[in-house]
Formats: sequence, structure tokens, C-alpha cells
Amino acid sequence: MYIEGKNASLIFQDFRDPNQKLSMQDMDSIILDLRDQLAKAKESGETIRIRGGGSKDFYGLSKQGKTLETTALSGIIEYEPTELVLTAYAGTPLSEIEAALSQNNQMLPFEPPYYGENATFGGCIATGLSGPRRATMGAVRDFVLGVRILDGNGKDLSFGGKVMKNVAGFDVSRVLTGSNGTLGLILSASVKVLPKPEVEKSVCFVTSEKEAIVKMNEIAGLPAPLSGSCFDGEKLVIRLSGAGAAVRAGIERIGGDGFNDQNFWNEIKEQQHPFFRKTGTLIRLSINSASPPIENEQTFLEWNGSLRWLWGSRDLDHYQEIAKARGGNASIFRSDTTCTEIMKLSRPMMRLQEKVKQSLDPHGLFGKNRMFKEF
Amino acid sequence: MGHTEAHLIENPVPSATKQELITKLSRVLDSECLKYLEQDLKPFECDGLSAYPKVPMLVALPTSEHEVCEVLKICYENNVPVVFRGAGTGLSGGAIPYEKGLLLVLSKLNKIVQIDSVSRTAIVQPGVRNAAISQASAKHKLYYAPDPSSQIACSIGGNVAENSGGVHCLKYGLTVNNILKIRFATIEGEIIEIGAEGLDSPGYDLLALICGSEGLLGVVTEITVKLLSSPERAQVIMASFDDVAKAGRAVGDIIAAGIIPAGLEMMDQKATSAVEQFIGAGYPLDAAAILLCESDGADEEVANEIEKTIEVLKKAGATKIEVSRDDAHRLKLWAGRKSAFPAVGRILPDYFCMDGTIPRRTLPMVLERIAEMGTTFNLQCANVFHAGDGNLHPLIMFDANDKDQLRRAEQYGAAILELCVEVGGTITGEHGVGMEKINQMCVQFQPDELSSFLQIKKSFDEKGLLNPGKAVPTLNRCAEFGMMHVHRGEERFPDLPRF
Repeated sequence: MYIEGKNASLIFQDFRDPNQKLSMQDMDSIILDLRDQLAKAKESGETIRIRGGGSKDFYGLSKQGKTLETTALSGIIEYEPTELVLTAYAGTPLSEIEAALSQNNQMLPFEPPYYGENATFGGCIATGLSGPRRATMGAVRDFVLGVRILDGNGKDLSFGGKVMKNVAGFDVSRVLTGSNGTLGLILSASVKVLPKPEVEKSVCFVTSEKEAIVKMNEIAGLPAPLSGSCFDGEKLVIRLSGAGAAVRAGIERIGGDGFNDQNFWNEIKEQQHPFFRKTGTLIRLSINSASPPIENEQTFLEWNGSLRWLWGSRDLDHYQEIAKARGGNASIFRSDTTCTEIMKLSRPMMRLQEKVKQSLDPHGLFGKNRMFKEF
Repeated sequence: MGHTEAHLIENPVPSATKQELITKLSRVLDSECLKYLEQDLKPFECDGLSAYPKVPMLVALPTSEHEVCEVLKICYENNVPVVFRGAGTGLSGGAIPYEKGLLLVLSKLNKIVQIDSVSRTAIVQPGVRNAAISQASAKHKLYYAPDPSSQIACSIGGNVAENSGGVHCLKYGLTVNNILKIRFATIEGEIIEIGAEGLDSPGYDLLALICGSEGLLGVVTEITVKLLSSPERAQVIMASFDDVAKAGRAVGDIIAAGIIPAGLEMMDQKATSAVEQFIGAGYPLDAAAILLCESDGADEEVANEIEKTIEVLKKAGATKIEVSRDDAHRLKLWAGRKSAFPAVGRILPDYFCMDGTIPRRTLPMVLERIAEMGTTFNLQCANVFHAGDGNLHPLIMFDANDKDQLRRAEQYGAAILELCVEVGGTITGEHGVGMEKINQMCVQFQPDELSSFLQIKKSFDEKGLLNPGKAVPTLNRCAEFGMMHVHRGEERFPDLPRF
């Protein structure tokens, strides 16, 4: 809802729980308190580990440093469905955001995984993890429009904005996305949202991994409203989303058997599929989608073949070599043993990453060794 | 930041003479790839923004990545500022040469290295024209989605530098959303690969940082782009409205109905009448505003979406609705939109094309204010608008021979950009800051934010040799410009002396 006119003031629907409603003034005082805590940590030489709901505590190399919780900083700041933009504080539960969007038949297009009911909006941006829709719709980073952060000097900075096209200044918001709390403390973020598809339907093909890879890439090259693909070792499942007519036509073109996908894609997104319900070291390979199967490994495929998972028995160097030969990279997604590194970067790239880190967090206040063993 | 440091970043000076540099560069470049005579340098004096021409000291046209690196090494060692460019079609002056520097022209790096029809990617050199990628991919029924209006001439390297969009970016995204990987030469002449053939890479997203960095961070020497399957069918609706605000609201209604059109453009009466006189696209002259709304995809999908959109437009009060009969008719309707700039250019000899983005709901208010300002500055302004994503292109018409008109036009443009910031938008949606909007950066960002940009710049280019004086203003420059942006009540430029 909005009022037009020369001195228009904008009135937005308030989505916050009336029982726990905190005002903007409350949020400002929480932000001041966070700033104080950063200043104190900086003074005493402590490092800070930023934490939202803790649902992604497993993700990252090290969790050292004094924990700074963001959950008090909660609430949707602005959401006007026809603008396709939502702005919220970092500590807002992801479920609250998706519920508000759902009321207006909209969604976060990147289908973020929760990995726990306490998942927050800030954690979703900071980890930059996306779900099955990623291959066709884009990742978190493709939909982040702006962020407000406290940098390593405790300065309150805003980058990007609340509009869909904005090329003023370096795209710092996207760099913060997926930085896992190592560059700055995200206070709030604005994201582009999209309408929910009218219809979603899945089809399946019982086939080999090799055939599945060919088929996934073939389907991805057809004019069909593809919104998910995975191969679980036995079957290839393809999801289509869109207007009824488009989905019907797509299925006709693609073929395959009907597949009851109730909760299936949610299980994939949340890694609840039996493939993921194991312990050990889960290796994530992000590679060329058409790469052939990885020999002597049982792999789980997503994103048209460009994302492959396997339970690793060798060191990261071994898997990085495999990924490199396929145009991509390997990383350790989760492990029940202590790792010495979770990703591999070339030396010049590592130097550049370190310089970028220093430009926003010159004293190394945030997330020591959360991503890299070097800093 | 101290005064000396700011000075260094804004005004680097070579440590070798022009003759010494010619000798060194001649060792790595063939004679036809190095220009140093006045008459050979002159054609490179500006890009798409012709108001501020500058003749560079030297022009290098390398033919390979290796030559790019060798030239950069010489420049780095001798403290020579480097501006690089592709086709030079940019509208914000980002590729205007630096008088005491070298202009690195990448137009000879123009090969499509590979098209992979299976994984749907293309590897291209920076000098490849945007449209050439889609043309070369067409036989595989694939295309490259971002389509800036200059796509027949602009090169993909420039698209990366500017993070270019186009009429289809509401649905398909900008350059940053459509590239996978780049090879990138640092100012030291070292090649770094950023991104991968997979959809993401470990570490910070430097691909996003390079995209839209306007030549301040490094030179892109190769780009891997994503290709999409060509839509089976595309169809456009032209809807007329008797009131600009109604047309603005109709855009929101379309999106509220769950429709994301492939393109959604709006033009006001001044723009449509200019176009009709220029090429006769068949636009209704009595409408206060028109909307062009395109659907693309599978046959059934398009038919369905067009039907739904017409319903919404009727409810929103469209006075006339026309649907393209065939592809020729569709292209004719788009031709009008695409020729809006030159059409306006025929009314008066000069125009400034502004590029602010605003929250869409503020459109009626912003258009009203723009019209009021037109009266104040006594100038005409036509409006074309990427309505779907809120990107406004007011075209301010003037005659540059009349110095007072030029001055008023500049003030009018600045006022429009400041209005965009005031309503929660931005000074540039797709054309970039370059030289043209550098002062307005002081309005959009507070000093601490600009300092962060300068720190990032420094982390890539410590000597400040890459594209000096563009895109990110120093705090001194903002102080001289005198624009106050009081952010959350904090004092601005507390460290700077005032005169």
C-alpha cells in the first residue's frame, strides 16, 4: 500500500509478530550495541564470530572468536510486492520471510536451504547457499540488491540499494554474499523476489549416471521452464515450474515418467535425501555441467550436472584435481573430522582474496579462518 | 585519506618520456598496433559521451593476451596511467582517455574462441561484439541474453566493465548474472582466472566485483558467458494510456498478477511523437504514454501470458491495445523504442541521457517533478523508461552552442539524479558513473562508503594507474564539488579543511 503525491510517505504492510514487535528505535539501539561490541573486541585484540540462528554452524573451516549473535536484530523493514523487493534485518527468521512472501504468492527465487529451523535471513546471505532452482533462476548473489553492514572498523555502511538496476560503485553487496561473516557484519539486506510459479510438476527417468548427464544437459538446452534437476544414483528427476500451459508443453517435449514429487525437492534442498544422511566428509564439486561421471565414486548430481556431491575418502587435493580437469573446483561442505582446509585457490587468487579482505576488515576482526586457513 | 594520497590516485604521472615509452612498447607491439602521432591519436579522443574529449599520449592495440600483459608490465614499471576500452560506445565517459596515459584498445581481441553447445557456454575475447555472440550461437538454438541497445556495436569486454543490461534484463538479468568466468590481467601484467565452468567458485565473489568496475581494477582478456535456449516465440503488446500515472500503475499491476515479462518499456508522449516523426513505428500520437510488453518462451506459454497481460492492461485503463501480428510487426514496434535516442536528437542538436533508477511506485511523482523542473530550467525533456525494473532515461534536449542552455541542461540532469537518490533509487542503472556522474557519487554515498571503494581499488591497483579520475571520486573531489550527503546524521568529511 502506498500514498501518492509530491510529499508521498510510504506505508508498508507490517509483517512482524505483534507480540514481539520491536520498533526501528529498538533496532537502532541494537545496532549501536553491536558497534560497541565490535569496538571492544577490536581494542582487546579478540576476533569475532558472527552467528545468526546457528543452523549452518557446520559450514566453514574454523569457528573461533567471540560469538556475536544477530538474532535480536529481526524484522522485515520493507516489502512492497509490486516492487519485487524485500528488505529485512539480518536476524529475521528465514521462515518469517518466506511466509510473508508466500502470503503474496511470491518467493525467494534461489530456494535457500535452511539446514535447521532457526535459519536466518542474514545467514542465508552470508553463506550464499542456494537450492535446486539455482541452475535456472540464479543464486543468492544474483538476487542480492544491497546490504547495510558494520565493517571491520565498526563503520555503518550501505552498498547497492533497493532497486533492481544499480551500477553506482563497486558491487560490494555481492562480495558480502557468501563471505561467511569474514568481511563485515550484515545488518540488513535487500533482495529481489519473484512471483511463485502457478504449477510445478516433476518427471523421472530411470537411467545410468552417464545417460543422466547427457539428458540433463539436453533438457537444459530446450525452451522449457526447467526449475530443478537431480540424479540420485538410480533416477534422473526433472522439475518444471511456470504457467500451466508452459509446464504441460514442457513435459510433452521432455517425456519421462510421472513422478510424485511431494517433499522430494525439499529433501534435496535440505540434504535429507538418504544419500546425504551419512557421516564422513561430504565433498562438493562445482564443475562443467557436461563433464563425464567421476570414476569409482558414487555421486549425487544437481544443477544440470554442474553440482556433484560425493563422500570423500581421500584428501582435498585429490578431489580438486578431479574438479580442475572438469573446469571447476572442489570444496569440503561438511565433515565430522577436523579439516585443515576446505577449499583450494591458486596463489595469485589467494593474494587477491586476502587484499579484498583487508580492504573491508583491515584488522582481521571477523571470522578468523572461517573460510581460509591463511587468514 | 591525506591530500597527497588523493592527489596520487587522481593525477598519476609517467616516470618515462613519451619517446622512451615508444621504444619500450615497440619491442612488444607491431608498428601498426602502436599509435603515437597526433593525427592517429585523435580518433580515440572520446567514447559514446562526446562532451569531454581528451587525446591520449599513446594508443596500444594489442592482438593477444600476452601482448596485453607485456604492455601492462611496461606501464606499471613506468607509472603510466592506463585506460582501456572496447568499441567505445559507453555513455558515461568511462573510456575517455587520460592525457598523460596510454589507451589500451581491445578491439583486435575479437575472436569467439569456443561455443560449447552441450554445456551451453561460449568463450569469447573482450573485443567480440555483443550481438555477434548470439549470431554465432543461433545455429545451436542458443543465444546470449543481455542486450544493451548498442548491442550491434558494443563489445562484451565493455559489457563486463559496465555490467550492462538491456530491455530483457528484468527476466534474464544483467551481465553479472550471465557470465561464468573471466581471465583477468592485473595492472602488474599478471593473469588471474576468476570464476569457473561450474556455477560458482570458492572464496569471495570477485567476478561480481570486476563486473561493473568500469576499468578501475584490471583488464578482462577472456570471458566465458552462459548461453540460453532461444525462445520459440516472442510477441509484444503495445498499450496506450491517456495518463502517465495510469501507465505507471499498470506496470505494477502486471507484476502483481505474477507476470514477469521479457521486456516492459514505457515512453511518454514527447518520446513517441519524436519517434513517429523519425521512423513511423506506428505509435498512437494521442496517447499520453505507451507501454511495450513482451512475452517470450514456448508457444503455449506466450499465448497464455499475452492473454493474461491483456486482461490486466484493460483493467488498468488502457485506451488501446495492439498485439504484434508477426515477427516483422513485433520488430517494428521495438524499432521505435530502440530509435528513441536518435529521434529525440533530431528535435534539438544535443541531448543528455540520464540513467537513474527509482522504486517503481514513485514513478508518477518523479515524472511530475521532472516536468516541473523542465519549467524551472526552461528546457524540454522526453522520457523513455525500462519500466519493469525502474530504470528511467529522461532525455534532456538542448543546444550546446548556447552556453546558457548547456549550463541549464547540466543542472537539470544533476537535479534529476539527485531526485532519484532522494526517492530511494540510484544515479545510474546501467550506463555507469564514468566521468559523467562522478560528482553525483558524492550524493549517493557517504564518505566512509567511498573510502571503502577506494580501499578496494587500492587492493587491486595500489599505484592508482587504472582509469584515474573515473567512477569513484576521492573525498577531496567531493569536498570541492560541495555536495552534502548527510547520512544518518553523521558529519561529512570531518577530516577535510574548508575554504
